[in-house]
Amino acid sequence: MTARERIAGNVANYVDERTGAAAWMKKNLNKVFPDHWSFLLGEIALYSFIILLLSGTFLTFWFDPSQREVVYEGAYQPLSGLKMSAAYASTLHISFEVRGGLLMRQIHHWAALFFMVAIVVHLLRVYFTGAFRKPREFNWIIGVGLLTLGIVEGFLGYSLPDDLLSGTGIRIAEAIIQAVPVVGTYIAFFAFGGAFPGEAFIPRIFTVHVLLLPGIFLALITVHLMLVWYQKHTQYPGPGRTEKNVVGYPLFPVYMAKAGGFFFIVFGVTTFIAAVASINPIWLYGPYTPGQISAGSQPDWYMGWLDGLVRMAPPLETHAFGHTISWNILIPGLIVPGIMFTGLALYPFIESWITGDKREHHLLDRPRNVPNRTAIGAMALTFTLIALINGGNDIIAQQFHLSINQIMWFSRIGILVLPPIAFVITKRICISLQRADRELVLHGKETGRLVRLPHGEFVEVHEEISPEKKWLLTSHEQSGALELPEIDKAGVRRTDAIRNKLRSRMSQANAEVAPKVSVQDLKEIEHH
Amino acid sequence: MKRLSKYRRHRAAAPLLLIIALLGIGTTFSVASATPNKSALALARSAIIEEGKQIFLKGCSSCHGLNAEGGAIAPSLIGVGAASVDFQVATGRMPMADMSTQAMRKAPVYSPQEVAALAAYVASLAPGPAIPGDELLNYERDGSVADGGELFRNNCAMCHNFAGQGGALTQGKYAPTVMGVDPVHIYEAMITGPQSMPVFSDKIITPEEKLSIIKWIKSAEAEPALGGASLGRVGPVTEGLLVWTLGIGILIGIAVWLAMKAR
Amino acid sequence: MAHEIEAIQDPGIPAHVHRKADNDPAAAKQAERQVAILFLLSALGTILFIVSYVAIPEDIFVFIPVMGNTNAHQLFLGLGLAFSLFFIGMGAIHWAKTLMPDEEVTVQRHEFRSADEDRDALVATAKEGAAAAGLGRRSLIKRSLGLSLGLVGLSPLLLLRDLGPLPGDSLSKTSWKAGTRLVTDPGDRPIKPEDLEVGAVAQVLPAMIPGQDHRALSDIGKDAVLLIRLRPEEFNLDAERLSWTHEGIIAFSKICSHMGCAVALYEQQTKHLLCPCHQSTFDVTRAAKVLFGPAARPLPQLALALDSEGYLVAKQSFSEPVGPSFWERSS
Repeated sequence: MTARERIAGNVANYVDERTGAAAWMKKNLNKVFPDHWSFLLGEIALYSFIILLLSGTFLTFWFDPSQREVVYEGAYQPLSGLKMSAAYASTLHISFEVRGGLLMRQIHHWAALFFMVAIVVHLLRVYFTGAFRKPREFNWIIGVGLLTLGIVEGFLGYSLPDDLLSGTGIRIAEAIIQAVPVVGTYIAFFAFGGAFPGEAFIPRIFTVHVLLLPGIFLALITVHLMLVWYQKHTQYPGPGRTEKNVVGYPLFPVYMAKAGGFFFIVFGVTTFIAAVASINPIWLYGPYTPGQISAGSQPDWYMGWLDGLVRMAPPLETHAFGHTISWNILIPGLIVPGIMFTGLALYPFIESWITGDKREHHLLDRPRNVPNRTAIGAMALTFTLIALINGGNDIIAQQFHLSINQIMWFSRIGILVLPPIAFVITKRICISLQRADRELVLHGKETGRLVRLPHGEFVEVHEEISPEKKWLLTSHEQSGALELPEIDKAGVRRTDAIRNKLRSRMSQANAEVAPKVSVQDLKEIEHH
Repeated sequence: MKRLSKYRRHRAAAPLLLIIALLGIGTTFSVASATPNKSALALARSAIIEEGKQIFLKGCSSCHGLNAEGGAIAPSLIGVGAASVDFQVATGRMPMADMSTQAMRKAPVYSPQEVAALAAYVASLAPGPAIPGDELLNYERDGSVADGGELFRNNCAMCHNFAGQGGALTQGKYAPTVMGVDPVHIYEAMITGPQSMPVFSDKIITPEEKLSIIKWIKSAEAEPALGGASLGRVGPVTEGLLVWTLGIGILIGIAVWLAMKAR
Repeated sequence: MAHEIEAIQDPGIPAHVHRKADNDPAAAKQAERQVAILFLLSALGTILFIVSYVAIPEDIFVFIPVMGNTNAHQLFLGLGLAFSLFFIGMGAIHWAKTLMPDEEVTVQRHEFRSADEDRDALVATAKEGAAAAGLGRRSLIKRSLGLSLGLVGLSPLLLLRDLGPLPGDSLSKTSWKAGTRLVTDPGDRPIKPEDLEVGAVAQVLPAMIPGQDHRALSDIGKDAVLLIRLRPEEFNLDAERLSWTHEGIIAFSKICSHMGCAVALYEQQTKHLLCPCHQSTFDVTRAAKVLFGPAARPLPQLALALDSEGYLVAKQSFSEPVGPSFWERSS
């Protein structure tokens, strides 16, 4: 036994005698993780969060979250002698007088964008592969919660420097709060400590941004990961992979090295982009004052769809009994997003209600094999994308010499018309792809070689695909629609007839597929 | 730095020439009034106006009318002044290439001398804002960058964006970028209010304040990349675009490599 | 269904394919070298970082294509840090891929549902505990506990009361009063009608009252006004609103009636005002009537008059609240 082994042994012994960790570690170091690039998307979000904690802590050492008015006398000449808030002045100080401060600010902001991108891409992967199904519904809801909090946290973050752009964002947020019927004005005055902008808001959101929300994030991420750990990861279908097993690499050493390495990759790439590309150049925006504005005032992308919805809203307000209800703010600012996020959170339960499927699922779906879900996803994405495009309509108009009015009308009509079209097209594409799979299993793949038959006909030689591929293309389940009677055995219309009818209708739509190849089909082919 | 200044000097060559030419005319007039040889100089002046009139009749009158009284598609030029003519013609906006939503900046059609003649002709029709001279335009000496920035954000940024990159207006019109525009043209734009742009009167934004604005614009123009590539200085839209393409693209590419089995 | 559909057989996990480095010591050696090189690149990155921090002054600029003149300190500091992090990751992953065991392992999943006897036992324990505590019987305790828990939740809400003052009528009030002079922003110079040419605009604020040396942002957020001069015959106003103008000069609140952004984007030719935040478009000639976009109300118009010295002043305060709508707003 070498000296090093002896020391390690002593330490391990010391810890184990006090915690009994050895048994747990033994079991978990062999934990198996399936390997697929799309399983790393959530990791990007996790690592971005760690980068945000590290870089954010650095920034708090100099940032002064105060709206006290100061006169700037720092290094950036074009703002010299101007009145501004201490928050803005200290952000300038971090950018120009703290060495590496600007780099850290840019790492922090880029990491925030990466965090949100990774959450969304991860969510799309989970959605389109059906990874949210039983037993993972809790984790889906936690994920939707993290997405929502991420949007809020990001908004508060870019509001902190108190520059012209972020102040405009806060102004709009205040208008949304103020638009809430009955209590809105009061909530706004409480939040801002008086009339907008006041001097209380930035110190308050600073606490929320650096303490409250990160704490909630840490708790939710911990639960999210513990559930992944405990429930074991899902896996893609393939030969030898079943609902009952997990095929992959053990945590130690392979997965640990890969995951640990990937953390450094994410950190490295974020830092690289922060080194070469400027983000949120607040010194160009200038300090916030409510009387100024810049052309092309946009929020960060994860709020852009919301801004796009607000822009396209119809000019509706109700004035009655001495009160005002601003539908032009409430509908795009609160009601539609509320419906979107509630629908997102409840989707696993809605789908399970439609299919009647209450079993556990650990094998992922190929999106084409679940046309209805894939089409709903495409529909929701189209909706959000049009809103997002409209959120940048002025920049698009300027860059491509278009008219904002035209883009706005395109968005207003498109957001109603295009999502259903996306649904239908996606569903058709999925079913065609299923047919293509069927062809492939039945007749093999085209080789491009032509052969002349004795009687003169030319045919293309088809090569049979491997048994593994055949299995992959036929292993998915195809269950029929639910049959829910409207009339019970006694011939009486059931009390839940309407609900059943709706459920049957949706279940039928859900069961619309191209039948997969069975052994009988293959035998039939052989007979020909 | 040296190379840069050479470059700028080169780009400003034509308008500078023009200013010198105009100053030349001005000096000649003042000299002329002091000398007994009045009639010869008055003759020179009317010759320039006559030259401008000829250019006008050929190039401008089909839209603006034979006597610059305006027409169905173009405004009257009586009283717009020399500054307006210089801005519109020397930046290539006039003559318009086509009847699109707004006149675009392009390579000027007329030489500086021709522009000066046109300006003299239009100015002779009725008094209007004159082209600011070199002495007035000494923004390096008379302007303040910080004040200019504040004035810019208060009066200009709403159309031209926080960094002067330009922005969209209604119905396909746009506010052009103010980067790379000659100080004299920036000044002329402020006092004449070309196209969609309103006028900024001298009592509202004083000449010194106008110089501060120019000084700030020139400082923003020369500002190097402090934090890396500027991404067009148009705010979060391009930042979002970058993170959704290059950013997540690189990471997914590496993730694919990570999960690929080694050979 | 007449007969069960027979699914195609699962061929099972494919045979493991060995990597070059598994069998060929030379390939393994090469992989080891590659990993080492990647780690060394990371070390070089850190050296670049330290050198940039110590040796590159903050005012040195280098010309980089695409990026233009770039701050060398920021750039090389960032690149150093990026390389040092990135190549640690590359090294670790390359190591894992080429040299660590790559045979896939299969483990069985367990069912999450607890065994029936465990569930029954839990239910029994819970019932027993509840019975022992008297939860079922002592309803007085239950109700009073419910009451006190409900009330205790009120205290934090009450504590939040001092977050801010009650709105009162502050949303309906601005600093504009009858006779308040319009002054330029910035500059604080009073304005005479002849200072504005036709087609001119001015960003204005109310003149500060004597003794005031400072404007609160919350006041600017309500007081900011845009002054525009057109030809009087271009107006299309009713008699009252026309009387609020002066020789073609008209004033509107600059705070958008939609969400409070500064609406100052004035198109001289079309006489339209555009809000750059959400593209609400207002017609200046028709008292800022909404032409396009989400705003539902015109911008409030400020009535103008002249004082004895001939400067523009407010004839009266705003006749309606400025800025975005709120519940208590009556019209």
